[in-house]
Amino acid sequence: MTIYSILFYVLAAVILASTVMAVSRRNMVHAVIYLVFSFFGSALLFYLFGAPLLAALEVIIYAGAIMILFLFIVMMLRMEGIEERLFPLRQWLPAMGVCFVYGLVLVLLITADTTGTAPMTAAAVDPSTFGQFLFQRHWLAIEIVSMLLLIALVGVLRLGKDAGKKPEREGEVRS
Amino acid sequence: MIVSYHHVLILAGLLFLTGMFCLVTRRNLIMMVLGLEIMLNASAVAFVGAALQWRHLDGQAMAIFIIAVAAAEVSIGLGLIVWIYRRTGTVDAGCIETDACRID
Repeated sequence: MTIYSILFYVLAAVILASTVMAVSRRNMVHAVIYLVFSFFGSALLFYLFGAPLLAALEVIIYAGAIMILFLFIVMMLRMEGIEERLFPLRQWLPAMGVCFVYGLVLVLLITADTTGTAPMTAAAVDPSTFGQFLFQRHWLAIEIVSMLLLIALVGVLRLGKDAGKKPEREGEVRS
Repeated sequence: MIVSYHHVLILAGLLFLTGMFCLVTRRNLIMMVLGLEIMLNASAVAFVGAALQWRHLDGQAMAIFIIAVAAAEVSIGLGLIVWIYRRTGTVDAGCIETDACRID
């Protein structure tokens, strides 16, 4: 048991615990803060797996941009009216069914795979090496992803423009 | 020596399971999008572990694309949630179609 494997288990415990806490919170601000911890743990895990560029991007994009966007929306919309029962009884059965099937498939896949039992040796890749690999081998995918981000931007602008208008049937508005 | 790839897969699978549980059981639309984020992050963890296991950078490239897709998805999803909130005044997935907001 080396220092790396101890680090992995500690990080895995932190990630799983904070994610479970985030999922089971009723207050959504607390859920988002717990999830920020989970994404920090994931970033450290990426660093442990030898991907420093991805670790930085995880902190900047996931824990920074996306979670702040969630926090912004949670604070913008008024949530007092929602008396949500945390895990409604009607949803337990489908949730348990889905989780059972998924867990079965996971166990079957992991026991069927024989190549992944040896411990991985540590390695790291330079951000510059990784960037050159990305732009030499996957330049088309980079262009497609940039188009996707542009389309998302245009779509959100269009949605935001429509949202200012009142609904056609005024009687359906609930307060 | 780090742990074997099986343990990474188990961690990613449990994270994915947590996200899926959140997506199925919660009724708040924001919490459902949060569950989707957890699932995407779990798949990124599995890909980065695979990149180390097979000494191939394609896994890390996939993880970068997953992060970009997650950013696009969350912007569209939250834009839709704000749109739905302005039209119907609620973010509860059970009350958008029907008038009565049933709480069970």
